[in-house]
Amino acid sequence: MATQEHGHQPDHETYTGHAAPPHQAPLAMYFAVFGALMILTVLTVWVSRIDLGALNTGVAMAIAVVKALVVILWFMHVIHSPRLTWIVVICSFLWLGVLFVLTFSDYLTRAWNMY
Amino acid sequence: MSDATLSHSAEHAAEPHGHAHHHPFLQHHFEDMGQQHEASTLGMWFFVAQEILFFGGIFCAYFIYREMYPAAWSAGSKLQHWQIGAVNTVVLIGSSLTMALAVWGAQGARRKFTTLMLVLTLLLGGIFVGVKAYEYAEHIHHGQFPGAMFTYVHAADPSLTRGIELFMTFYFTMTGLHALHMVIGAGLLLYFIRRAWRGDFGHEYYSPIEIMGLYWHFVDIVWIFLFPLLYLV
Repeated sequence: MATQEHGHQPDHETYTGHAAPPHQAPLAMYFAVFGALMILTVLTVWVSRIDLGALNTGVAMAIAVVKALVVILWFMHVIHSPRLTWIVVICSFLWLGVLFVLTFSDYLTRAWNMY
Repeated sequence: MSDATLSHSAEHAAEPHGHAHHHPFLQHHFEDMGQQHEASTLGMWFFVAQEILFFGGIFCAYFIYREMYPAAWSAGSKLQHWQIGAVNTVVLIGSSLTMALAVWGAQGARRKFTTLMLVLTLLLGGIFVGVKAYEYAEHIHHGQFPGAMFTYVHAADPSLTRGIELFMTFYFTMTGLHALHMVIGAGLLLYFIRRAWRGDFGHEYYSPIEIMGLYWHFVDIVWIFLFPLLYLV
């Protein structure tokens, strides 16, 4: 949009297609996301009151992951972001995964030597 | 530099509109506002990526010690008032909502709405940190601050006491770093409240508010994980 206003010459214009006006989500979307996060928060507390044994942590973390995804996709606008942003977001969690998997594959298997 | 300036002005001299249409906040190394916006949000995402790994390391350590001292971890989390934690979760997610609404307002050049939403975000953030300070005072009062001040003894099973002290070390480190991020965020909010009120933002230029939002939402996500790990399980 801005490009057209500026009237850049074609030979100068190697860069195109990024000057579109911002994607503006409807206001209702933000309230819906907030509502979903509230429901998930209640769910977290409610589930923690039930004794699921070792599953409790897993369920709590699964709900937290869903909440984080909702925030990242809609509050942080990743869902309407260019692919490069997606790559950075996905890679950051990929590295977090490497950190967790490699560390736990050491610590959580140390006790195995005892048997 | 001088070459670029020359060709730039020459190019615009040939046009009827010239420089008048350049956005005042367009920096000269960007082609247009859209490219500038993409570059700055991408840069912020790189910052958030390293923040994820920064907190990720502490979460990793938390899980390892939790695996080593499950009973102490369970007893430690019962020292927290989950009701207070739940209220603070609602407050913080509420501040994320007002932050997202501020970005929405900035996109639509709604000056007063944006400013109001930023002020509300600051207010809710302030409530969160205030509640946190109350919790800290309670823990310190009950001798639950790790180190020389740790006088708490777990009555039901005194052998768990050292493990609970370790849990409290994680509690204060994780929530402390989180609260530090909140305080930094509050400082940034003050700056952006001034700029929003001045009317700096509109549909072509709202990247600073968007980036402020990315930071604020990230801090919210950290709490989304901290709340169940420290208060509930």
